[in-house]
Amino acid sequence: MQRVGTFYRSVIGKKAIVAATGAILLAFLVFHLIGNLKAFLPDPAPGVYDIDLYSKFLRTVGEPLFPRTTVLWTIRCVLLVALGLHIACVVQLAKQNRDARPVAYIHKPARREATPSARWMLYTGSFLILFIVLHLLQFTTGTLGSTGFGESVYANLYLAFHKLYFVGFYAVAMLILALHLFHGAWSLFQSLGLDNPDRNLGLRRFAMAVSIGIFLAFASVPAAFYSGLMQAPKPAAQLTQQFEQQR
Amino acid sequence: MNFTLKIWRQRSHSEPGQMVRYDVDGVTPGMSFLEMMDLLNEQLTVGGEEPVAFDSDCREGICGMCSMVINGQAHGPARATTTCQLYMRQFEDGEEISVEPWRAAAFPLLRDLVVDRSAFDRIMQAGGYISVHSGPKPEPNSIPIENALAEEALDAACCIGCGACVAACPNGAAMLYTAAKVSHLGILPQGQPERYTRVTRMVAQMEHEGFGSCRNYAECEAACPKEISIKFIGRMNRDYLTATLRRPIKRDGPMDSQ
Repeated sequence: MQRVGTFYRSVIGKKAIVAATGAILLAFLVFHLIGNLKAFLPDPAPGVYDIDLYSKFLRTVGEPLFPRTTVLWTIRCVLLVALGLHIACVVQLAKQNRDARPVAYIHKPARREATPSARWMLYTGSFLILFIVLHLLQFTTGTLGSTGFGESVYANLYLAFHKLYFVGFYAVAMLILALHLFHGAWSLFQSLGLDNPDRNLGLRRFAMAVSIGIFLAFASVPAAFYSGLMQAPKPAAQLTQQFEQQR
Repeated sequence: MNFTLKIWRQRSHSEPGQMVRYDVDGVTPGMSFLEMMDLLNEQLTVGGEEPVAFDSDCREGICGMCSMVINGQAHGPARATTTCQLYMRQFEDGEEISVEPWRAAAFPLLRDLVVDRSAFDRIMQAGGYISVHSGPKPEPNSIPIENALAEEALDAACCIGCGACVAACPNGAAMLYTAAKVSHLGILPQGQPERYTRVTRMVAQMEHEGFGSCRNYAECEAACPKEISIKFIGRMNRDYLTATLRRPIKRDGPMDSQ
């Protein structure tokens, strides 16, 4: 336990926690993305959408071994703890960094290596906290931009992404996420001591691929709905229920 | 060549400082930055003014004493160069040049451009050594060392401890310095016995001195006059994580009786 304390107090330990929790959150993003892309799958039956079945699966997975939504809430708790640690360590490190240079340079310091992505991590990260809150309010609790389609993800997506301001907001948010990941997805390996000159180019390319890929794939769903490629939903909730009963 | 200099003047740590403008003329392109500063100081002395205090020693780029942030860049605009090896031909005639000291909480300012870098010495004292018998010189080939390892250790050992990494780091971190000092011993066979206690103690001292943390900007690498790579920071991170997550081996003090 003493070692955990020493580890947490040290700057290298804190950075390792930021890196490890960042890796967890990145892994979550990839799974989230795989789920989102189900919106493009053909409908298994008229008026039934694959992504709605997937959303049902997320709630019922683990039954009957665990009660409904147990697995979902476990994953949510892990993510919440990871996000909390990620933010707490960054806030503490940021304070320490400010204290390390009490008198600023008068001439604007030149930046020769740091990319904008690296320099704006605190800003992009702060925006992403705000985004996560709004995103959960919109698509998880349904309090924001309420759709009235209940649990039908497809219908909710259809309704939300026919409004230009939602499409625009999500596109900007994904761009900021990509900026955050461009530095983060490489930096986490360096913080964990896993980078070296042999791997560095590969890891830098990995970070670039992750940030561009995540932006394009996440933004494709709102773009597809806005452009009218996606069918209008049937009165979805009832139809899904019928389909489930028939099976 | 003529230059307008804006130099940070501060009589002592406790007194407030400010940027002061000076015009210096009669500079030749072949003068080093420090020689230009000497020229300015001569002009100031003749005019009855207090000369600008700055650090310098070997003036051939190996001692690590000179320390000026020139136009917002530690050791000036040239890469892999100390201030003393920076020549005035790098600048344009009539240019306005700003000169500031290293800025870090762990480097208290003593006067004008002189800062106290003994925090680095204390980091070294915390673990930057190997414990060996100081007997007769050992036979050189008794411990075989792979050439690539020796070269890598020497890359880290190039560090002259000037502190440009701290000055250039947006977080005022001393990670590159500490990583270089941890690595040049930790890579070699002679440094293995104390490898993990060394990294733990040196990092603890680094934090105790009030340096910031690493955000992997690599600004330190760009400012380092010896071009020390941030790969050593990654290496130190790995050693530190191994050291803290491993069961600590207690070797200090007497053994407990049963």
